[in-house]
Amino acid sequence: MPEPYDPQQAIAPSGAGGGMDLAMSEAETLEKTPGGPLGTGPAGKPRSLWSDAWHQLRRNPVFLVSSLLILFLVLISIWPQLIASGDPNECHLADRQLGSSPGHPFGFDNQGCDVYTRVVYGARASITVGVCATIGAALLGSLLGGLAGFFGGWWDALLSRIADIFFGIPVILGGLVLLQVVVSTTVWPVVGFIVLLGWPQVSRIARGSVITAKQNDYVQAARALGASNGRMLLRHVAPNAVAPVIVVATIALGTYIALEATLSFLGVGLRPPTVSWGIDIANAAQSIRNAPHMLLWPAGALSITVLAFIMLGDAVRDALDPKLR
Amino acid sequence: MGRYVIRRLIQMAPVFIGSTFLIFMMVFALGDPVAALFGDKAPDPATAARIREELYLDQPLWKQYLHYMGQIFQGDFGTAFNGQPVTELMAAAYPVTLRLTMVAIFIELVVGITLGVLSGLKRGHFIDSSVLVLTLVVISIPTFVSGYVLQYLFGVKWDVIRPTVSVDAPLNELILPGIVLALVSLAYVTRLTRTSIAENVRADYLRTAVAKGLPRRRIITRHLLRNSLIPVVTFIGTDIGSLMGGAIVTETIFNIHGVGYQIYQGILRNNAPTVVGFVTILVIVFLIANLLVDLLYAVLDPRIRYA
Amino acid sequence: MRGATHAKWAVCAVSVALAATACGGGGSDDGAGIVRSSWGDPQNPIEPANTNEVQGGKVLDMLFRGLKRYDPKTGEAQDMVAEKIATTDQQNFTVTLKDGWTFSNGEKVTAKSFVDAWNYGAHIDSKQNNSPFFANIEGYEDVHPESGNAKAKTMSGLVVKDAKTFTVKLNEKFSSWPETLGYQAFSPLPESFFKDHEAWLEKPVGNGPYTVDSYTKGASMKLRAWDAYKGPDKAKNGGVDLVVYTDNNTAYTDLLAGNLDLVDDVPAKQLKNVKADLADRYINQPALIIQTVVFPMYDPRWGKPGMEKVRTGLSKAINRDEITKQIFEETRTPATDWTSPALHEKGGYKAGLCGDACEYDPEQAKKLIEEGGGLPGGKVQLTSNVDTGSHREWMDAVCNSINNALGKGSVCTVNPVGTFADFKNQQSNFKMTGPFRSGWQADYPLIQNFLQPLYATGGSSNYGKFENKDFDRLVREANQESDQAAAVAKFQDAEKILADQMPAIPLWYQNGSAGYSELVSGVQLNQFSVPVYDQIKVD
Repeated sequence: MPEPYDPQQAIAPSGAGGGMDLAMSEAETLEKTPGGPLGTGPAGKPRSLWSDAWHQLRRNPVFLVSSLLILFLVLISIWPQLIASGDPNECHLADRQLGSSPGHPFGFDNQGCDVYTRVVYGARASITVGVCATIGAALLGSLLGGLAGFFGGWWDALLSRIADIFFGIPVILGGLVLLQVVVSTTVWPVVGFIVLLGWPQVSRIARGSVITAKQNDYVQAARALGASNGRMLLRHVAPNAVAPVIVVATIALGTYIALEATLSFLGVGLRPPTVSWGIDIANAAQSIRNAPHMLLWPAGALSITVLAFIMLGDAVRDALDPKLR
Repeated sequence: MGRYVIRRLIQMAPVFIGSTFLIFMMVFALGDPVAALFGDKAPDPATAARIREELYLDQPLWKQYLHYMGQIFQGDFGTAFNGQPVTELMAAAYPVTLRLTMVAIFIELVVGITLGVLSGLKRGHFIDSSVLVLTLVVISIPTFVSGYVLQYLFGVKWDVIRPTVSVDAPLNELILPGIVLALVSLAYVTRLTRTSIAENVRADYLRTAVAKGLPRRRIITRHLLRNSLIPVVTFIGTDIGSLMGGAIVTETIFNIHGVGYQIYQGILRNNAPTVVGFVTILVIVFLIANLLVDLLYAVLDPRIRYA
Repeated sequence: MRGATHAKWAVCAVSVALAATACGGGGSDDGAGIVRSSWGDPQNPIEPANTNEVQGGKVLDMLFRGLKRYDPKTGEAQDMVAEKIATTDQQNFTVTLKDGWTFSNGEKVTAKSFVDAWNYGAHIDSKQNNSPFFANIEGYEDVHPESGNAKAKTMSGLVVKDAKTFTVKLNEKFSSWPETLGYQAFSPLPESFFKDHEAWLEKPVGNGPYTVDSYTKGASMKLRAWDAYKGPDKAKNGGVDLVVYTDNNTAYTDLLAGNLDLVDDVPAKQLKNVKADLADRYINQPALIIQTVVFPMYDPRWGKPGMEKVRTGLSKAINRDEITKQIFEETRTPATDWTSPALHEKGGYKAGLCGDACEYDPEQAKKLIEEGGGLPGGKVQLTSNVDTGSHREWMDAVCNSINNALGKGSVCTVNPVGTFADFKNQQSNFKMTGPFRSGWQADYPLIQNFLQPLYATGGSSNYGKFENKDFDRLVREANQESDQAAAVAKFQDAEKILADQMPAIPLWYQNGSAGYSELVSGVQLNQFSVPVYDQIKVD
């Protein structure tokens, strides 16, 4: 693999330089032009922007740290027994809201269940819901929003107005109606529901970014050169429009995990005895004045998860940004 | 431009019909509201039948919908179960909610963009990390907790504000609820601004501006910020709808009888007129908000134009 | 150039949006001696025969005085507007009114005020929630047929003799009928109610110690003491401001901040702090409410003979002491019969009537369930709505208690239902497949009201469809008994059948709770957990 870009990669370690780094302009602008819009290297070899990004990603420490963290979360989602030996549903009311004690480092919750065990076992449902719903909403949203923004006109009118109708559905009403009919003990109806209500927001953001990105000179140039729509979208518009979508998606991940709890409290989310962070956070919230420790641990676990994905998102975004190269 | 706006306004009609029908159908699917009117007691069958007849609930869905729409076009949005006309409820709830939303959006804009610019310019520095930590806290702590804790501290413990909002809801009483409502959105606005700024800092036109020797302040506000705002503005456009309709927790904590609260009550009691009436207005609000956002695109980026 | 035009468009639209919100401000008045009390939005328009919940009931209790009124402490039905209610055969009653009662608009309270009000409440066209309360008056079927239109305007059993007297004929013997007349559905109504119904609903007029000063639906109601009130229970304060709260926790916070004087429902999550926050300005006393878990006897898996052992076993697997202590902070008391301590022993409450079957004993529970053939399908699902009250928490606790007692893993799970309306539909259409929550607040302090509507065949709120001939016979005999003590004894015999059959597990008696500010004194709750407003003094 030819590596003509090594010098730039060295000066852009996730942009940690800060400030208005305008000094490095010369070399960068000069070398950017040949490598850039049309996606061919200086030697004339076709070179994928996406593989380029992956190449850079691998060397980013932020990416490595966040990947390890996510790997760990996935592992305990699959095998919670690895680090927790108890049963998350074994609860003795006599222990209600007690603080930490030997063998129970995080203390007990409202029902006298062991908080540590529940935090570990809650990872599976919460991470599945959070990650899958986010991916679903982000893909569907950026696809529809991207098309609306790119083609404009009737496409835009149709897709955007459909999004508007979905915007109007109150979460609680939608949950009560749509999730009530599905009888399932899995997390998938909840995931599907969140995707259904979550995509319009992503779609608006994606549409806005695409509308801006397609104004860029190199896109206009590519169009003038007769590039196909698909090629322009994928090569030139998408990489420049993806940043806001990633930002929104990583934050939405956290809010979707919390949304699951809202649905569960209405009786249409995850069915007991499924354990989830969202449910435990919501339960703990009721006792915040008396037993704040109950909130600390599941909320902490949620924070770490969101942090991991925000870091990952940052790294991916940096890798995709041609200006940082 | 003018034609574009007119076209968008015309497009509101199908959205209006589509969403009213969808919401109407959903409330219908929630089930029969009449039994719950009788509290813990069993409903008296004859009385229940009478009430159903009166409310058109004994008709098939499409007839109910047509009847409802017919009434709407005469300005009658029906009544809630406590006997209040829905228009009256809306006249009480919408102004308060609109003001609360404005406060929240003002906070999002000022605080969110400031923090976003600072952390975008100083990526990896202390301010950037602090903002990241705040973001995580805001996402993981439910609004219920942050709202209640702030209300308790400011309203009861230190006694600096009135903990609940009075019926008139003057602006000064809406500041704390506005902050609580804005919290999660702040996380979005801050990070969207940060990312855009970090991206645009390296753009050519900025180098030009620097090369021309323009003052730093002017560069940031006129050039950098203006070009970084599109995602933020888009987000806020989508947020208006969810802030107005989804502020249930905030409204409940601060005793605001706003839109979110009324919709929630309507859903709990399966009251179609309340839910559909409120949501319809809400849909119109964010159709307008989205139109404004689209027009703002052209202001922020003169290359974008609408035919 | 272009940008500027666009900007103008945007600015225009924004200013239109802003103009819509330009309002607000305004102050609130503050009268001397006014009690500021929390309120919830009444579920139905406020009319005596249409109000069946506490929030509307609060207002009616201030606005109206009926023939009888229950003593807040003893629960005894004392004559109010009634001079006397006489009968010789427990079926025909002659009601005589006292002199001097008037409505606050000057109209006299006459026999007609009652008869008209009752006919209105019973009539199908009025669509009143409480019409079944008139069902035992002769001629009810004519004004309230099961289907179709009414055949008469009035009930033949009600006859006005003169301004002060009217007679009532019941369908069958019911000795304690006069004691039911303290219920608000039996309040008298003024002529103005019938003349201009809409106006009356905007500003209700009654014959009680308070008058409505102003009423903003969904927000507040200001009631003022009526100076010309002649009754024995004149208000000891200048008036009451009821303020609607979105949530009882919000009201509690306002009480702590000094914006409110009385919160008549302390939120569950604050019970632990109430001593620290309010010291002794906290009331926690029995009310006429019992919480039970009802079995769907119409489902053979739960109702077939032999299952009584399983039902009793489940009852014995619930550690009521621990749950009431840990979760409810003793605002509930473990139930040992199917009535309420607020009835008092004289009224028919009998502690321990349930006996062994309501005592926690995990070993026995396990044994009984096995003897009865085990749980149907090895599982039990507990259903309740979760949108009101803190039902979720105690249901989880009950299930954990059962699971721990049986030691077979999560055999008991909670089945949360999103809305009360949905729950209510499942309940009244007999769609339940497992035990479900049932809360019962008595309408009047009579043991009859705790048993007949809930467990007699065809009872109006017999959601489990429990049917037992002996039970029905004992209830019928009790209603015909002219001696109160003998009637109570018969009802308690009937109750013993419940202990054997366990169609509903008594969980706990629910207390009324209230917290108040330092500005008020003399706060008490009646047995319906409604504050006795007229007795409150403002310091």
